[in-house]
Amino acid sequence: MRLSYPTSIKIIRVPCTGKVDTLHIMRAFEKGADGVYVVGCREGDCHFNSGNFRAKKRVEQAKEILDSIGIGGNRVRMCNLSSSDGPLFVKYAAEMHDCICAAGPNPIKLAARKKATTEAGSTLAASG
Amino acid sequence: MIVADKKPIEEIIDTVKDFRNILILGCNECVTVCEAGGKKEVGLLASALRMYFLQQGHEVNIGERTLERQCDHEYLEEIRDIIDQYDAVVSIACGVGVQFTAEKYHSKPVYPGVNTLFMGANEARGVWTERCQGCGQCILAVTGSICPVSRCAKRILNGPCGGSAAGKCEINKDVDCAWQLIIDRLKALGRLEEYESICPLKDWSSDRAGGPRKVVREDLKL
Repeated sequence: MRLSYPTSIKIIRVPCTGKVDTLHIMRAFEKGADGVYVVGCREGDCHFNSGNFRAKKRVEQAKEILDSIGIGGNRVRMCNLSSSDGPLFVKYAAEMHDCICAAGPNPIKLAARKKATTEAGSTLAASG
Repeated sequence: MIVADKKPIEEIIDTVKDFRNILILGCNECVTVCEAGGKKEVGLLASALRMYFLQQGHEVNIGERTLERQCDHEYLEEIRDIIDQYDAVVSIACGVGVQFTAEKYHSKPVYPGVNTLFMGANEARGVWTERCQGCGQCILAVTGSICPVSRCAKRILNGPCGGSAAGKCEINKDVDCAWQLIIDRLKALGRLEEYESICPLKDWSSDRAGGPRKVVREDLKL
């Protein structure tokens, strides 16, 4: 099919979306990810029966936490598709890319940069 | 087990916003099973607090630790060597853990990170219901192993009351009438005649009404 999707997206493979924990999503944001979306099998098609349903709940948990700390729950979402559905994968990737472009960079990344610049400035001042 | 539910993060943030070194202290027992205060929840709360404070431009050191139990001296001793690094502790154990940690480390403020609810059972994934109120005088032997103290809204011992309809309680149509459950169970056990005997007055002095309770086992004391 040779479909392309936005280059800003980094794929992390897991054996099943049921492996993805809320903590993994939170850590991604702590490390500066602008958004996280979990792409699981279609509902009812999980090889392990409930992996994608568990993932969906965990995404909701992450959404709630991110909203409560001012990062924005809209930066995380759950998508479902069949593993052979390339066009839908591309569609979800583009939607997520647009959503994140609209939301702007992760405020944590900006805050961390600001902190690093301030620290570098004060170190410079101290040595100068 | 003791069932607890997470406090809203906003409430926790508001409690600890003035501290710069905070220890999030989890417990590996009941609150881990009800997914409110175990190691994973420690990680989630710590991550949320770190991100919140970084955004606010505050440099806050958030430590994470989960003890086997917070209701036993020996496990609480495990943080003695690190406790001085922190200005405050957020304990996400049950109320017992919060209080015992505070008693152990008297000069350290300890704040609760969960709301402790009741002694209950895990009915289904994500569903916990109350089963025991620790009244101190167990009557399950005569009530078909269904507790009217914890499961009847009125705690009546000779039920049901007039508010029981179609097996449900008048307080909420989703709440089973405990006495209907008792009758059904006694019937299934072929012991319905036990329902006919009047339950005598219960000694409530061993319940919470008698003040804080204590168990002293001379056979175990050292």
